Amino acid sequence: MGLLDKEFSDGNILITTTEDLFNWARLSSLWQVGFGLACCAIEMMATSASHYDFDRFGVIPRPSPRQSDVIIVSGTVTLKMALRVKRLYEQMPDPKYVISMGSCSNCGGPYWEHGYHVLKGVDRVIPVDVYVPGCPPRPEALLEGLLKLQEKIRYESITKKKNEVV
Amino acid sequence: MKSFEEIVEILKNYFSDTSIEPKSDVKFEPYIIIPPQEIDKVCLFLRDNSELYFDSLVNLSAVDDFNGQKIKDEQGNEIMQGGTMSVYYHLESIKYRHKLLLRVITERDNPVVNSVTSVWNSSNWHEREAFDLFGIKFLNHPDLRRILMPYDWEFGYPLRKDYQNPEFYQGMKVPY
Repeated sequence: MGLLDKEFSDGNILITTTEDLFNWARLSSLWQVGFGLACCAIEMMATSASHYDFDRFGVIPRPSPRQSDVIIVSGTVTLKMALRVKRLYEQMPDPKYVISMGSCSNCGGPYWEHGYHVLKGVDRVIPVDVYVPGCPPRPEALLEGLLKLQEKIRYESITKKKNEVV
Repeated sequence: MKSFEEIVEILKNYFSDTSIEPKSDVKFEPYIIIPPQEIDKVCLFLRDNSELYFDSLVNLSAVDDFNGQKIKDEQGNEIMQGGTMSVYYHLESIKYRHKLLLRVITERDNPVVNSVTSVWNSSNWHEREAFDLFGIKFLNHPDLRRILMPYDWEFGYPLRKDYQNPEFYQGMKVPY
């Protein structure tokens, strides 16, 4: 943050760039779509609960995709569900982010060969920002994934495209 | 509590010999083979008979026996012609603590079995699953739709042994 600390006598004035302000606001209150798919959702719920406390990063589940910023795809994406996941994603307002949680959602997981009903990776229907490996990932791993996403948002720019930022 | 032989004896007094075919020289649990057109009647008797009282259908599952003739289709894939498919019924009497296994053998090319939903309502979803994954048609089922696969799935029945997964479904690539 480009803050000019104690440069002004009035303590209510802070100076920063629009980008930094927007990015800081976005990464500090990532509201997630309240939705889970399989056993990964249990770990996601554990992450939301008091022990790991997702809320300290500003993550709270919203009951509507229209009020959400991030969708955590937590579990096996079946072909039947893939169309619904895509629709949920399309209903979210921009800017929107996707965390793919667990092996199933990353690449099909244990269903990669004989899973006639499983989509081999949710990135075949929606663009993914962060992949969290694990089967299922522990809450710490999901928190790490969220921190990676926050890092990504922190260096976003209005003039540059999202993909160009490392 | 009745043994397998005693249950067969009771059934044989009531049904003709052609419809009751016990198999006890098998490796695991002995079972009775029932023709597909008579399974609902036999099940109703098993449930309502005061000595048997099979009030619970524990499980209903289908098996692709895959014992027909292997042929090649136009694309060169190996498919099965003829042969049989089976439906297994695991019954239990909670009152008398005895169990029974029934088997229905039907033609693989046109598998049709009478539904037992009128006997045990719990068989409704089990039969839908067998229809969804094996394509077995249950006559007199109140709501025979796919239950697990998408409703617009038109690539066949996934648990049949000669099933071929499609390349694409609704624009999504299916193979790894």
